[in-house]
Amino acid sequence: MTEGKDPEVDTERNAYLDYSATTPVDQRVIDAMMPHWTEGWGNPNSLYRQGRDAFRVLEGARESFATGIGAANPTEVVFTGAGTESDNAAVLGIARVGKARGKGNHVVVSAIEHKAILEPAKLLAKQGFDVTYLKPRQDGVMYPEDLRAVVSDDTVLVSIMHVNNEIGTIAPIAELAAVTHEVGGYFHTDAVQSLGKVPFDAAAFGIDAASFSAHKMYGPKGVAALYLKRGTPFEPLLIGGGQESKKRSGTQNVAGAVGFAKALELMLEEMPSETLRLTTLRDRVIAGITGSMPNTMVNGTMEAGSHAPHIANIVIKGVEGESMLLQLDNRGIAISTGSACSSGSLEPSHVLLAIGCPAELAHGSLRISLGRFTTPDQVEYLIEVLPAIVERLRAMSPVYAKMFGDQS
Amino acid sequence: MLYSDKVMDHFNNPRNVGVIDDADGVGEVGNPVCGDVMKITIKVGDADKIEDIKFQTLGCGAAIATSSIVTELARGMEIHDAAAITKKQVADELGGLPPAKMHCSVLATDGLKVAIDDYLVKHGREPIGGDIQSENPDFDPHADIDEEH
Repeated sequence: MTEGKDPEVDTERNAYLDYSATTPVDQRVIDAMMPHWTEGWGNPNSLYRQGRDAFRVLEGARESFATGIGAANPTEVVFTGAGTESDNAAVLGIARVGKARGKGNHVVVSAIEHKAILEPAKLLAKQGFDVTYLKPRQDGVMYPEDLRAVVSDDTVLVSIMHVNNEIGTIAPIAELAAVTHEVGGYFHTDAVQSLGKVPFDAAAFGIDAASFSAHKMYGPKGVAALYLKRGTPFEPLLIGGGQESKKRSGTQNVAGAVGFAKALELMLEEMPSETLRLTTLRDRVIAGITGSMPNTMVNGTMEAGSHAPHIANIVIKGVEGESMLLQLDNRGIAISTGSACSSGSLEPSHVLLAIGCPAELAHGSLRISLGRFTTPDQVEYLIEVLPAIVERLRAMSPVYAKMFGDQS
Repeated sequence: MLYSDKVMDHFNNPRNVGVIDDADGVGEVGNPVCGDVMKITIKVGDADKIEDIKFQTLGCGAAIATSSIVTELARGMEIHDAAAITKKQVADELGGLPPAKMHCSVLATDGLKVAIDDYLVKHGREPIGGDIQSENPDFDPHADIDEEH
């Protein structure tokens, strides 16, 4: 936006702290993909040699990926083009076909889902489904007993995300799936933010469907996957040549699938050490920010087991998020905010509102998400730079002293 | 969504920030729940000219930039002329605003109008009145989004 123009930009130090938005592709992933663009470029659906070679590579990637997510069988993995596509296909396909097979027309989604779940749920509601938006409690966690209170024999689908992309809370997926199965419904989880970052095991969780995306884990953009347990009702979004066992037509992105499988392999290899390293950095971010200025608040529980290691969501009271984001960008720091202004949407973050965060505070929320290439120095840089930015913006506010001045 | 260089300039180096302690007129519009609050204070001199003007704003980059530019535009203007500054003028002066941010220029011009009317009423004169869009309970600060997207 203003690269190099602001004399205050510290070009020596910068910090990308928005890994939940996207991640750079790991060089090891690029190396794994490279031959499949230049040499093994055949169509995996062709019968001749180039096709057979590509087919073997694609199926190898599928097998590796299936093992990584704990699928019972590689055929349960469908490669798609986006996490959004996987979410859309799961919600629409399971609900529609499940209903057609005699289940009721009740769908439950959590109120803190990504728009890729909320929008198809809205579409289902328009088409006659009865949709319940289940709220988390104030700690940002979804409780199985709260789900039990809303499901019934009419419930065909429950979709609850594993790790929330804004506040990092972890849902107890196995328990939620069990509650869903008690009434004969199908359970889907959006695991785009969780796979490779917290333990995930489709079979052990007992889920029926899950969505994943490569670009959140140092793989390429435009490559994603949908786990569909055998027997789960489904109809494809994309129809045509019948690829992916008729679950997703379109010629497969073989190199992309290889990259996704490699990316997952690396995530799983490094998870034990990365969990420790990122948790330390995340706790330092939270302590550094909340300790260096008055009137801050951390969103979502921080209890181990209920919070992902890489996400921190902090409200800086009395400051609007986009103005902080832009000032941080001037210093080479990239983070997200839940303010309405940053997204161009009508309201501040629906996730923060759902956990009971008042709108005037949600406008001042910062989401800091850490990843593989985050260094302690980058975290310290943010902690150093933010207080002066906040102080300046608070001084410019006509209401800060009135609203929060006495508390500092 | 991209901001023009001029928006970024006014956001990074806002002009006329502060409060005039012995202001002749004060206008505060917006609401923390919506994420934007603007306060404009003015000093009015001979021939109803705005001699001094300062602002305080809680809000996004566009909210701060529109407040800043409106104080620059209004400084030295006769109050009726200043009250006639439109949201389009504010946006144009900034080299344009993203559609989702047009409401910020409404708040800026409203803040100025309210400050001018406050001055007039305090001096027993007829307020200019007119439409204070952001004070209207039906005002949808984001109405322009659907219109222009």
